[in-house]
Amino acid sequence: MARTDHDIPLRREGTVRLLPWLIAPMAYLAALSLAGMLALHGVLQGWDRGLAGTMTVELPPARDATGDKALNQALTVLRATPGIVSAEPIDRATEGKLLEPFLGTAVAPDELQLPRLIDLRLASGATLDLRSLRAKLATAAPGAILDDHRLWLDRLYRLALSVEATGLAIVAMVGVAAVLTVVFTTRAGLAVHHDVIELLHWMGARDLYIARQFENEAMRLGLSGGIVGVTLAALTLWGLGHAAAATAVLGEEAKLLPDLRLVLWQWGALALLPLLTGFAAMLTARFTVLRALGRMP
Amino acid sequence: MVRFENVGMRYGTGPEVLRDVCVDLPAGSFHFLTGPSGAGKTTLLRLMYLAERPTRGLISLFGEDISRLKRRDLADLRRKIGVVFQDFRLLAHLSAFDNVALPLRVAGIGEARVKKNVTELLEWVGLADKLNARPITMSGGQQQRVAIARAVIARPQLLLADEPTGNVDDAMAVRLLRLFEELNRFGTTLVFATHSESLAMQRQYHRLHLADGELTLRVGQPA
Repeated sequence: MARTDHDIPLRREGTVRLLPWLIAPMAYLAALSLAGMLALHGVLQGWDRGLAGTMTVELPPARDATGDKALNQALTVLRATPGIVSAEPIDRATEGKLLEPFLGTAVAPDELQLPRLIDLRLASGATLDLRSLRAKLATAAPGAILDDHRLWLDRLYRLALSVEATGLAIVAMVGVAAVLTVVFTTRAGLAVHHDVIELLHWMGARDLYIARQFENEAMRLGLSGGIVGVTLAALTLWGLGHAAAATAVLGEEAKLLPDLRLVLWQWGALALLPLLTGFAAMLTARFTVLRALGRMP
Repeated sequence: MVRFENVGMRYGTGPEVLRDVCVDLPAGSFHFLTGPSGAGKTTLLRLMYLAERPTRGLISLFGEDISRLKRRDLADLRRKIGVVFQDFRLLAHLSAFDNVALPLRVAGIGEARVKKNVTELLEWVGLADKLNARPITMSGGQQQRVAIARAVIARPQLLLADEPTGNVDDAMAVRLLRLFEELNRFGTTLVFATHSESLAMQRQYHRLHLADGELTLRVGQPA
């Protein structure tokens, strides 16, 4: 005769049946936070790669011929510096395009006092003596500023780290809330089935025998709640990714939006989340039950 | 087999329900436990099947001082004890088969052996056609036999029966008593709690009589 049911009828209890619906929104929030952190990490890496090996020289605005002279002298210095592959001035038209999202098309760049910009490309792995280069530039073109983007990138990194830490804190808080939910649900199960547990205990059931029934059920419920939450989160991310992609085709300025789409390994990491919720629920139930049974005579 | 030395028991800060209980039950013995309702019979049995710890005194089971045993060893000790509860305590969500199988499964016995032993025992107690029946669909007498089958399925060395005839008619009470006597003949030590003096008087077994929390031994006399 096949075994018809578990010794402890946990599946018939309302509180336990509710667990996946409590776990699912938590898994949803955790998955979104995690995905946000992963996407941000990807964006940062993209920025870092994009800015590596580039620098910008900014010359003070000048309407007369001194401006062109300073530009040429600066270019001479830069092109003679070992490690710099190319030094190209950014023309007025390009500058105008860069400013177009902010100023519109009504204002011509020539009407503005704009600094002259030189775009530098460095040889791969080249290390420049920036102090010496700045000194040479100051002589050739007084007022020139050499920008290695480090300041901007550092600030961006700090911001990104803060956002990542916030995301991690959200994941941690959601995790604690999920664990507490499992603790309370398990305690409710222990209270409801106290008579059955007591009977098994008197028959000589070891604590692990009883705990195993709770942990198996918690694993099943945690896993199903995690699957529901992560599936909903995946749908949300897919929608957001498409929305971001749609804005990218609207115009040049949309490139400022980070790419919200995840790569394959990041989807894989998200797919592991239900397993994590299942295992966390299982271990929490196990320790809760063992702790409670330890108080029985 | 079972030894109590100056055992006292109280619940919380209430009065002592058992006072200075001293008793020594040898292996293979049969004892009635008598006394009026509320005399402490169930408490004495609960101490014997380790559901309670005494407030004072020493309890030894199977030659082991239970206060010195580790938690893991207590589980092994409990497996040597079968209990028939006054209210049966059958699990309503399980079939008669699964209820009787519980002690074997708890002890980690394989399903093939579980099936063989449980089926045989349920046939022996006349419930061969009730293997899949839930307790709620069975009569009081049938539930009682399931409870007894569950208590003896793992062949316990000590069988404690708390008012096992309390809910059945006299004829059924005598039949159940014969069943316990048969188990006792196979070597099981038996404590049979009953508030029915007349039932206890039908046999010549020793009687443990509880009154006002104090236990006295009345040596059995032929009926």
